[in-house]
Amino acid sequence: MHTRTLAQLVQDLRARRVSATELTKHFLARIERFDPALNAFVTVTAEQALAQAADADRKLAAGDAPPLAGVPIAHKDIFCTAGVKTSCGSRMLDNFVSPYDATVVAKLGAAGCVMLGKTNMDEFAMGSSSETSYYGPVKNPWDHALVPGGSSGGSAAAVAARLVCAGTGTDTGGSIRQPAALSGITGLKPTYGRVSRYGMIAFASSLDHGGVLAQTAEDCALVLEAMAGFDPRDSTSLDEPVPPYGRLLDEPWDGVTIGVPESFFDDGLEAGTAAAVRAALKDLEKAGAKLKTVELPNMHMSVPVYYVVAPAEASSNLSRYDGIRFGYRSPSADGEDLLTMYMRTRGEGFGAEVKRRILTGTYVLSAGYFDAYYLQAQKVRKLISDDFARAFRDCDIVAGPTAPSPAFRIGDKTDDPVQMYLNDIYTIGADLAGLPAISVPCGFVRGLPVGLHLVSPPLTEAKLLTTAHRYQRATDWHTRVPAAAEYAQ
Amino acid sequence: MSWEIVVGLEIHAQLATKSKIFSGASTQYGAAPNSQASLVDLGYPGVLPVLNGDCVAMAVKFGLATGCTISRRSVFARKNYFYPDLPKGYQISQYELPIVHGGSVEIELDDGRTKTVRITRAHLEEDAGKSLHEDFAGMSGIDLNRAGTGLLEIVSEPDLRGPAEAGAYMRKIHALVRYLEICDGNMQEGSFRCDANVSVRRVGEAKLGTRAELKNLNSFRFVEKAIEIEAERQIEIIEGGGKVVQETRLYDPDRDETRPMRSKEEANDYRYFPDPDLLPVAIDDAFIAGIESTLPELPDEKRTRFMEQYGLSAYDAGVLTAQRALAEYFEIVALKSRAAPKIAANWVMGELTAALNRDGLEIGASRVAAPALAGLLDKIEAGTISGKIAKEVFEALWAGEGTVDEIIEKRGLVQISDSGAIDALVDQVVAANPTQVEQFRAGKQQVLGFLVGQVMKASKGKANPQQVNEALRKKLGA
Repeated sequence: MHTRTLAQLVQDLRARRVSATELTKHFLARIERFDPALNAFVTVTAEQALAQAADADRKLAAGDAPPLAGVPIAHKDIFCTAGVKTSCGSRMLDNFVSPYDATVVAKLGAAGCVMLGKTNMDEFAMGSSSETSYYGPVKNPWDHALVPGGSSGGSAAAVAARLVCAGTGTDTGGSIRQPAALSGITGLKPTYGRVSRYGMIAFASSLDHGGVLAQTAEDCALVLEAMAGFDPRDSTSLDEPVPPYGRLLDEPWDGVTIGVPESFFDDGLEAGTAAAVRAALKDLEKAGAKLKTVELPNMHMSVPVYYVVAPAEASSNLSRYDGIRFGYRSPSADGEDLLTMYMRTRGEGFGAEVKRRILTGTYVLSAGYFDAYYLQAQKVRKLISDDFARAFRDCDIVAGPTAPSPAFRIGDKTDDPVQMYLNDIYTIGADLAGLPAISVPCGFVRGLPVGLHLVSPPLTEAKLLTTAHRYQRATDWHTRVPAAAEYAQ
Repeated sequence: MSWEIVVGLEIHAQLATKSKIFSGASTQYGAAPNSQASLVDLGYPGVLPVLNGDCVAMAVKFGLATGCTISRRSVFARKNYFYPDLPKGYQISQYELPIVHGGSVEIELDDGRTKTVRITRAHLEEDAGKSLHEDFAGMSGIDLNRAGTGLLEIVSEPDLRGPAEAGAYMRKIHALVRYLEICDGNMQEGSFRCDANVSVRRVGEAKLGTRAELKNLNSFRFVEKAIEIEAERQIEIIEGGGKVVQETRLYDPDRDETRPMRSKEEANDYRYFPDPDLLPVAIDDAFIAGIESTLPELPDEKRTRFMEQYGLSAYDAGVLTAQRALAEYFEIVALKSRAAPKIAANWVMGELTAALNRDGLEIGASRVAAPALAGLLDKIEAGTISGKIAKEVFEALWAGEGTVDEIIEKRGLVQISDSGAIDALVDQVVAANPTQVEQFRAGKQQVLGFLVGQVMKASKGKANPQQVNEALRKKLGA
C-alpha cells in the first residue's frame, strides 16, 4: 500500500479499503526496517501516531473526517511540534522540546494527517546535502553512498523510500526542490507568505518558505491546500483565499506558455541532466504547452546575492541560541563568566557550516560593509525579481533543471562550500523573488533521478500544479521507486 | 573663561498599552518575575512578532502633538547585541525610517522667556527585560516581564543649554505624554526615563564638543544633577589640557559622580538591518485624521486659555495645567462654584495639593471630589463660613466625615453674622484690652488687627471678620 500515492490513499481511507491504523502501522514498520540505513528520521513518534490514527479512524467511521484523515506524513525537524523534540538538526536544540505547534503542524493535524515523526535535515537548514546534521548524514534511497540533497533531505529520502506519504519541508535557497530532484520525488515551494512561518524555525526570514515533498504534484496540491492560508501570527503571511488546489487539477487545461532561459543550459549543467530536462520540455510541448525562449539576465548573480542576504538574516536569527533560556548550554561553562558561557555554548552547540554562515552574516552587516554587501545584495535581489516579472510577460511558467547534476557522493563537497552552494544555482532565484516553484522527476542519469524545475508568478500555484500534474499524467518518472526490489515490496 | 553646556535628551516613554508591542502578553507592572513573558517575549525558536496597532496610534498621537511629520512608511530594524535580558539577541527598533520626525516643543526658562526645543525623531521599539544582580550570590537573575513592552524613544536635538533647560524639557515631555495618555509617566517604575548626551564648549564656539552619553536617568533631579556633574568633569579635563572621550557613562546618585559604563573596546556594532519578520508600517491620511480627532487640548493651549478665560497668572495657569487631571479638577471647581476662579486656583494649588502630597496621592485619587470643593467655596462666598473655617471643613471632608453641610452643621461652624452677637464680643474684647485700645486711639492703626484677632479668637473663628472689623472701628470711633 505504500506505493499508492497520497491522493489514492485518501480515496482508500474514505472507502474504508484501509484503516488509518493499518496504514500507520504499515509505515511505522517500514521506518523501523529501512530508516536505520537511511537516517531520514531524527524522531519517530509511533505512540502519538497510533493515537492520531485511531482518532482518524473514529472520524472516518463517523463520516465527519477532515480531508486528509489518516494520511501518514512526517515533519521536517524545523517545524515546532508540541511535546516532541524539535532539533533543527542541531546539537543546540538536541534537548529542545517545543511547547507549541507550528501553524503548519497544527493545520495538517486539523486536516487529519498522522505524524509519524520528525525528519533529519542540514543543521538549521543550512546545506544542500543533509550532511551537516548533528544526527549524521541522510542517505539517498537510490544509492546509500550518495546524498539525498538538502536541506529537507530527511523528508525527501523518507518519501522516496515510501516511508511516508508526504513530508513537510522548508526552502530558503532550494531546500525542498533540490532534494526532491536528487531523490526522484515531487517538491513544491509555494509563494512567499502562502504558508505561515509561525513555528518554523527561522534560518533567513525573508527567504524561508514552508512547502511539501510527495510522490506527485497531485499529492502536493492536497497537502498545500491543508497547510496554506493567512496566519495572524505571521505578519508576512498573505491574506489571500486558498484555492481548492486538488480539485483545480481536473479543470480543463488549455496549455501554457513555458519560458526556457537558454543560459540555464550552459557548461555548468551536467550533460545527462541537460538531456533529460530537454526531453521533458518536449514532452510538455506534446502535452499542449508552447515553448518560448526567455532571458533572466541577472540570474548568474543569484548565488552571490543569496550568500549575503541569507547569512545576514541567519546571523541575527540564530542569536537567540545563547544557552540562557532553552537549548544547549556548555556544561564546562558552569561558574564561568557570561562571555565564556556564550562562547563555549555557541562554539560547541553549532556545527561548522552554521558558524561559517553566522560569521559571513555578521561581517556583511558590520559598520563599513553594510552598504557594499547587504544593501547592494538587496538591489540585485530586486533586479532578479524584475527579471522574472519581465519573463512572465511572455510566458506563464519558467522551466529548467532543478539541480546542475544528479546526487553526488556523501563527503564529496563538504570541503568546498562554494561547490556545494552552486548546487542551488537554479533554485535560489525563486526564493529571492518569493515565487512558487516545483520540481518533478523527469528522467534518470546513470540510474539517478533528475528533476524538472517549474517557476510561476506569485500565487499561481494552481497553474503550476496543474502543469506539473499534466506532465505526470503523460510520464511515469514519478512512479519509479528506488531499489525496487526492496522499497517497493 | 566661561563654558556652555550642550545637552540632547533621548527619552524613553513606555507606552500605556494593555499588551506588549509584539506579543499578547500583559504589560502590567509588578507581577511575579517571568509570569508575563510569552513565547514571543522569550525568543523561542520559530515565534514571530506581530505589531500592536495601539503602539502605532500612540506614536502618531505624540507626533501630532509635537508638530512632527508622520512617516507614511516607517520600518522596523533589528539592533543586534548579546545580553541575557535581551532574549532574541536583538532589539526590534526603528533606525533609518522612524514613525515620526522633525517636531518641537516650547519650554519656559527661569527668566520667563520661552525656548523652542527641536525633536529630531520619535521611534517605536521594544523594551528589554531586567537583569537582577542582587539576591543571587555569584549569579544574575533575569526577569523578562518587561521584555517586549512598547517604548517611544523621543530624541531631541542638542538644543538644551545646561541642566535647568534639560530638566524643563523633560518635565514638558513628561506632562505631554501623560496628557496624551500614551504613558503613565511613572518614573519609579521606569515607565519614563532618559539618556542625556552631554558636551561642553567655550561660549561663542560654534563646533560641538565631544559628548558623553549618560544612561538611564530616571528622575528629573537626577537628570539635572548628572548633567551638572558631568559638565564639571568635562570642563576640568579640558582646562587641564586633556580631551573628553566619547563614551557611555552611568550616573551614581549616591556618590554623585559619573563613571564609564563600558570601554571602547567593548563598543557594540549593532549591525542594524530591516527586520524581515515585520512589514513596513504604512500610515494613511485617514488614520492620521482619526488620531487627530482624539487629541485632547494640549498643555500650552490649555494654559493660554486658563489665563484668558479665568484671568489666572501665567504661573498659576502653568501649575494647574502641568497635569491634565489637575487642570480638569480645577475647571470643575471654577465652573461649579460662584467663587472667583483665582480663589478656586488657590485652593487647588494650596490645600488640595498639600493634602495630596501629604498622603502621597495622585489627583485622580483625591479624597475630596471637585464638586465638593466647589460647594465648600460657595459657603465662603455666601458668608456661611470664613476662609479659615473652610480649611477646617476641608480637612474634615478629606477625612471622610461627611458632606460640607453635614460637617458645618455637626461641628457648629456657621459663621456668626448677627450684629448683636458680634457687638457683644467686641465690647468684651475692648474691655479686656485697655492698653491696646489706648494705643489705637493714639493713632497706632496696626493694633486694630490685634483686636480683630482677639474677637475672632473669642468667637472660635466663627465671627464674620468683615463685620468684626466694622464693629470695632465703630466702637472705637475710628
